[in-house]
Formats: sequence, structure tokens, C-alpha cells
Amino acid sequence: MRYLPLTPDDRTAMLAAIGANTIDDLFVDVPQPARREGFVDLPRVSGELEVERALVALAAKNTAAGTVPFFCGAGAYRHHVPATVDHIIQRSEFLTSYTPYQPEIAQGTLQYLYEFQTQVANLTGMDVANASLYDGSTATAEGVLMATRVTRRNKAVFSGGVHPHYVRASETVVHAVGVETVSLPAAIDAEAAVIDAIDKDTACVVVQTPNVFGTATDVTKIAEAAKAAGALLIVVVTEAVSMGLLKSPGEMGADIVAAEGQSIGNALNYGGPYVGLFACRQALIRQMPGRLCGETVDADGERGFVLTLSTREQHIRRDKATSNICTNSGLCCLAFSIHMSLLGETGLRKLALLNHDKALATREALAAIPGVEVLTPRFFNEFAIRLPKPAAEVVDALAAHRILAGVPYSRLAPGTGMDDVLLVAATETTLDADIKILAEALTRVLAA
Amino acid sequence: MSTMNTVGRPTAPVPHQPEHDYKHPTLTGGRGLLQDEHLIFESDGWFKTGVDLPEPRGNGSDLGALVRHDPIGLPGLSEPQAMRHYVRLSQKNHAIDLALYPLGSCTMKHNPRLNEKMARLPGFSDIHPLQPISTVQGALELMDQLAHWLKTLTGMPAVAMSPKAGAHGELCGLMAIRAAHEASGEHARRRKVLVPTSAHGTNPATAAFVGYTVVEVAQTADGRVDVADLASKLGDDVAAIMVTNPNTCGLFERDILEISRLTHEAGAYFYCDGANFNAIVGRVRPGDLGVDAMHINLHKTFSTPHGGGGPGSGPVVLSAALAPFAPAPWVVNDGDSFRLVEREEDEAAQAFGRMCAFNGQMGMFVRALSYMMSHGSDGLRQVAEDAVLNANYIKARLSDVMSAAFPDGPCMHEALFDDSWLEGTDITTLDFAKAMIDEGFHPMTMYFPLVVHGAMLIEPTETESKQELDRFITALRALAAAAKAGDVERFKGAPFHAPLRRLDETRAARAPKLRWSAPEGHNMAAE
Repeated sequence: MRYLPLTPDDRTAMLAAIGANTIDDLFVDVPQPARREGFVDLPRVSGELEVERALVALAAKNTAAGTVPFFCGAGAYRHHVPATVDHIIQRSEFLTSYTPYQPEIAQGTLQYLYEFQTQVANLTGMDVANASLYDGSTATAEGVLMATRVTRRNKAVFSGGVHPHYVRASETVVHAVGVETVSLPAAIDAEAAVIDAIDKDTACVVVQTPNVFGTATDVTKIAEAAKAAGALLIVVVTEAVSMGLLKSPGEMGADIVAAEGQSIGNALNYGGPYVGLFACRQALIRQMPGRLCGETVDADGERGFVLTLSTREQHIRRDKATSNICTNSGLCCLAFSIHMSLLGETGLRKLALLNHDKALATREALAAIPGVEVLTPRFFNEFAIRLPKPAAEVVDALAAHRILAGVPYSRLAPGTGMDDVLLVAATETTLDADIKILAEALTRVLAA
Repeated sequence: MSTMNTVGRPTAPVPHQPEHDYKHPTLTGGRGLLQDEHLIFESDGWFKTGVDLPEPRGNGSDLGALVRHDPIGLPGLSEPQAMRHYVRLSQKNHAIDLALYPLGSCTMKHNPRLNEKMARLPGFSDIHPLQPISTVQGALELMDQLAHWLKTLTGMPAVAMSPKAGAHGELCGLMAIRAAHEASGEHARRRKVLVPTSAHGTNPATAAFVGYTVVEVAQTADGRVDVADLASKLGDDVAAIMVTNPNTCGLFERDILEISRLTHEAGAYFYCDGANFNAIVGRVRPGDLGVDAMHINLHKTFSTPHGGGGPGSGPVVLSAALAPFAPAPWVVNDGDSFRLVEREEDEAAQAFGRMCAFNGQMGMFVRALSYMMSHGSDGLRQVAEDAVLNANYIKARLSDVMSAAFPDGPCMHEALFDDSWLEGTDITTLDFAKAMIDEGFHPMTMYFPLVVHGAMLIEPTETESKQELDRFITALRALAAAAKAGDVERFKGAPFHAPLRRLDETRAARAPKLRWSAPEGHNMAAE
């Protein structure tokens, strides 16, 4: 087998050095009834060519976004990633290294994490960011738990604009520790409705901008209301590029930002791996979950970086840790950081405007179709429309014509009376021709 | 000819080599191939960009006061500058592609590049998690195939694919256990989780995360769970036990069948931490050991790259008792097509919830399946055997100079030493580890498991050749001899040859500096 370097002669010599007769001598601690002879019922060793053939055949059964007019968003966005990004993240020293527990021989990883933390803090307008969590949804759950630790209160209020899967993933975890949640009914443009739900038990309010319907909201007033009531404001962002155009959560008064960083540097990957961005105010850092990289010096006084404040973490604090997280999204952070370094402020602002342009053009084309109503008042690169038919049926009909028209809201939250709502996203990758194809096909499907 | 240089004259190093003058400072901070690299925030052109984009048509004026005007604080690099920045950084990292990386419990094995190539096929990397099901049949089929391999290898009837890493898998497993106790009306009573003292930190952290009280179980002198202590703590107030097998001392739990029997008799579930599954894959099925739930770190056993700390992937295999409570979403094979169960209703009415927004770590699924198909059932069995053989070889070849923590009997995939052999040398496990860096090796896992004093946990994995193992053994034997000979400075001052000397971690934690900040007068504002 090509990945296994030992030869039969090696094995014989090594067993002799150990003082064992056969390999079975090394497995004597396995109880007799659990020992398995022979091979399990699965295919045998395969050469590279055979594996590649099998997997290419599976990949070919999927419709890649880049091969069709594509308008899906709802928490995952297709952007162009420069070739440099993928080249660098495949370098052995980044791809095949472990968590930087030995900082003297992991400065490459530690420095990019420090740069990543700074980029995320600046992008979100917050004081500090950690070295990433799994994704935006798990970051949201961690944010809620952190808020309960900070405030010593036990209730979280979610706006009706937070991505339903984020709400569900958060509820699943926080209910287990007895945190109460209030999820407001789905609403296109009512993030501020959380204000009325704040009471003396409220640890945090969770709002999203742009929200799942694409609506961009100035949350300053929500932040003020939360602060006045002693609660924290958690701002969720599922499209990181939006922060290149829209006011940052920090500027609007967020205490914690939980965001999905996939948009920068990372492919769609059918939902993962992605990269959870997590940022907060300076005063809260000792309650943060996840790894943190900090600056220090070495024995000669040279600047260097280490993982720090690890007394918050599971490998030190065990059952008293702020989170059970261990593995993070290291390589996805690197992809994010490289892409962001290439863009820079100049490129990011331009990229954000291009996204907005494309979304405006898409809205204009769709709004002209009889029976289509645009629901989202202000948006970045995604908006909701109401169709005269169930959105899931329309999406399936368009998929049959090799057009991926967007995400039916009912796919995220069935039974909310919004079966006719379709979420449509556009990015810099959207061609004017794609918009035209979508508009024409949608017109036909609705007329049929 | 190898001694000739380009001007045709032989060259030789200057003989003078002052003792321990390992790092004569250079004039500029660069050292041979190691470049002194600043932060991106300290680069010259803050407003450069390495991405050429068309000019936008609009300026966002339709968004009014929502538009961001403050300087964001994001420096840009041209493409060649970016390439150099990251290549220079990369050269300050150790990597499994460079040399042995014997971190016990972490399983640093070769990462085949075929897997990277497969994960980047647009049919896998460029598909959206909410595309119509008809357009992702290949992705669902792949998830179904991977699930089949995992279920077959573990002898378990079900698997939850969505957890994003090992600790996330632990969370999923304990949530399923909790849901099962809730369904049977026993949750209010069963509030304890038993965890051996040798467990990974994630085990007690996860149990606490799910709201359980953690009760520690003692260990026997031979490094196993103390079954008598376990039995005395099991009762109708215990929800589950969490046992790692092979355990963190690198030993197979001989009494595992007794442990699972006692656990089940007490009405509790057996959660197995599957971090060390690589030691037994193809030879032992956890399902045959009475396991109810076990996460599988695809980034350990099935070689998806660790990537400097992630991403991982932690599918959880489940027993028939726990399967109904698995979280959404999951794939159903209807024979001629595949579908995704996303709603917690009908067949998923008992699902305990959702672990994350989408479908789990698809990119890791592709890599893991590629790895499994490459090995096949025969290759995977060989993986376990060679991993165990390599660890025992290291243990055998080092036990006369270092002290094995559990000298009697074989170890599994990792060899554990304590620091008793360093007694009287004034050298600690940490010092020894740092000296290994100077010899070109990544240190082993240090000070874990906690039950062994000054623990040194060495996991070579199956992808090391005998020659590389011998090189490593030779280096450790030489270091051990130096330690015993009183060459203390070699250890106390180490590393001397790494990109940096020993870092001051205390200082980092005392006044945390977690980000770069602009110095006074720095112009971050856009031009």
C-alpha cells in the first residue's frame, strides 16, 4: 500500500526487536470475543487512478455552481478566490502542521493567526477576535453561552431575521445547559422588535445584519436598549463581504460578533469546512471561547507569538472551561487571511460595491416580472421576493433548466407561512447574462 | 566534486565554533533561508491590492447612513508580496511533510495529496449546501458511502455526520444520550457523567457543556480504568461514562467488555472517545465492545490534514438505542436516489436538534473517503497494525534509557514515558522536548495524560519508515545520554536552532496583546 513504508522485512525485524512473534502479540489486550480475524466487508486497496475515477464520477453527478446561472445564498456565498490562496494553503508547512503548541517551530501558523485576529477585529469593528470557531452558526451558540457567563442571566432573545438554522443550532446547545430562548416570528425587516422582548433576565439579544432576508439594519438603537437593560448585543453576520460596505457591528455598538467567514477565501464546499469569526469587546476577553494568539518575546527578546489565555480552555480547565472546543478552522482562517491581505481595504470596498451592484441589477430584473414582489427594503447582495407560487416548486422547475435560482425560505423554516418567499443572492461572480437568463426563465415558469 | 564551489575552489567551514554560541546574531535579523518577516500591518503600501476588480457602477448611496465610512484597517498586498509573506511564514513551521511529528493523541500521519485533489473537484467544492437535492445527488451519495464505511468499520448501525470536529462530536453524542434519557423520563435523575482521570480535557468540558456533573474515575497502577471504582460510582444517577479506548496512556482497556456491561446494567450509556480509533481500525469494532456512541476524528484516523489546528470533522457512530435521536440533517438512500432529511418531523421527530447550519464538513468527507478507498479494508487493517508496531518499536528501543510509564505488556499506537529517568538531572520534560526541536523533530505530547508525571506521549503513526524511526530513536538516545551526562545547558537553553528561542508565555498571558494596533500617527485612512 503506497502510504505504508514498512516492508515485510522491516516488520519482522521490528517484531524481533520488540520480542514479539507476530503482530497479534501486540493486540493481546483486546478481549477474545472482540478480536476480528480477516478483513471487514469493504473493498480492498485501490490505486490512485481507481479512486480518482470513482470520485470524479460522483462529483459529476452534482451541478457545480460555476457551471450555471447561480443565485443561492442564505448563509453561504460563492465568491471568486484568487489562485494564490489555494496555492499557499496547500504548502506542506501550513497544510500538514498541528495546532501550534510548540511556538518555537510554529511561528508561521501563530503569526498568521495573529494577523487573522487583527483583520477580523478591524473588519467587525471590535476590539479583539479569537483564532476562529467552526462556523457562523456554532459561533452564534458560543456567543449566547458567553453572554450568559458575562451577565449571569439566563435568557437569549433571537430576532425574526436570524438565519433559522443558526437559531436551531444555538437552541440545541444552549437549551442543554438550561438557557431559555425566545425566538421572535420570522420578519423581513424587524430586527428592532427584540427591544420589546428584553427584560431583567435577558442575557443577550441576537440580531443579524444583513438578516436572512437580506435586510440591512442599523442596530445602534438595539445596542442602546440592550445596554440600558444590562444585556449584551450579539450581532450575527453571515456574509462577511458586507462589512466592506456596511457600517461595522462594532461601530453600531455590538458586544459580541458571531460571523461566517466563508465568503472570504473559502469555497462553498456543500456547507463545510467554513470558518466562524468571533469578536468581542476588550472587557469580555476572559470569557471568550476558543484559541487566542498573543504577542510576546523569546529568550533573546525577539518578538514572537504564542497561544495564550489557555486557562479558559478545555485542556487546562477541563469541566470549568469556557467551551469544549479544541480543533478550530485553522486552514480556513489562513485562506481568509490571505484573501483579505490580497484584497486590502481598497479591494474589499470595491468587491463589496460590485456585489451590491449585481444584487441591485438582479432586483431590477426580477421586480419587472409580473407577480414578483420584492420584499427586502435595503440590502447588500441578497434579497427576498414573493412569488405567486410556492418557491420550492419554482426553484425545482428552474433547476430542471439548469438555473439555480436561490433558496426557498421554506427550506430553512417550514410552516412559517412563507412558502412563497425566495431568497436571491448575487455576487461579483454573477454575470449580467445570468441575470437575464434567470429573469426570462422565471417569467416563463410563473406564466406556466 | 561536491566540495567545489562555483569558482572552482574547495570550501570548508571556519573551524572556530565557540561552545553553545548557537545563534550569533546577524546584522539584519535574516538568517540564511529564514527571513525576518514583519506583520502585514507593517508593510509599506497600506492601500495596495492584489486583486484586480472592475470599477463598481454604484457607490452604495441607496443605503444612506448604513454605509461604512470609517477606515477599516486592512492592509493590502500585491500578489508577489503576498506570496513572499506567506512563504516566509511557512518556513517557520514544522510539518509532517518535513519530519516525524510524534504528538501523542494527535495522530500526525501523512496526508495524501490525492485527497486534496479530489476535494477540489468543482463537483464537490463548488456546490451550495442549499441547492436543490436533485442537483447534489453525487454529494449525498458520497456522504452515504462514507457513512457505510464508518458504520462497517465500527460495527455500529447509524452515524451522525454533521459534527465539525472531535469535541463537537462528543457534544453530539452526549446530546443524543441526554435525549434518550429524556425520552425515557430518566433525565431528571441521571445528572452525572463518569470520566476517567486520564481523559482528554474535551471529555469533562463537553459533559459540563451539556449540563452534567463530572465525576472522575480512578485509574489502576497498570494504566487502565479502575473497574471497582467505576462500579462503585455507577448508579441510577449516572447518564453516561466517557471512556477513551485505546486510552490516553496508549493502552487497550482490557476490561472494556466488563465496563460496558456494568454501564448498561446501571442504565447508563457508554460514550467512547474515538480519538485513538486509528490503533484498532480493521481489527476491532467498537460496536463489539458495547459502545453506544463514538466520535471519529476524520482528521486523525482518516488523515484529513490538521491544517495548523483545523478544520476537523467528527462524525458520531450511534447504537440502535441512540440512533433515533441523531441530529438533522442526514442522508437517506432511497435506492435509486438520495435525499436529505432536514426537518425535525416525521422520521426525524425524535432528532435532538441541529449541530450546525449546514451538512457537516463535506470537504473533509471527500478526503476521508478518498483515503479509505485507497487503503481498502486490507490497507486499513495494516494501518492499525503498523501504527501499533511502530509505537512498540519505539518503546522497546528507548525503554533502557528512558522510563516507560507502563513497561509491562505491549502498548497500542503510542508509547508513554514518564520523567522518572530524568531525576537528578535538573532537566524537565519541557527542556527535553525543546532540545528535540534542535535535533529536527517535533516534540512528543508533553504533560498529558495528567495521570503520569512529566508525561511524554509518543505517537509515530503508521506512515513512518523504519529508517525514520531509527533516526528518531538515535536522536532521543543521544539526547538521553547528554541529559544523564550533565549537559544541562543543551536542554535549559533549548531551542537554539529554531526560528525563535523559548517564548515567554507568562508575559503573553499577563498583559494579553491579541492584535496589532496602529502606532500613533499611523495613516489608516483611505486615500
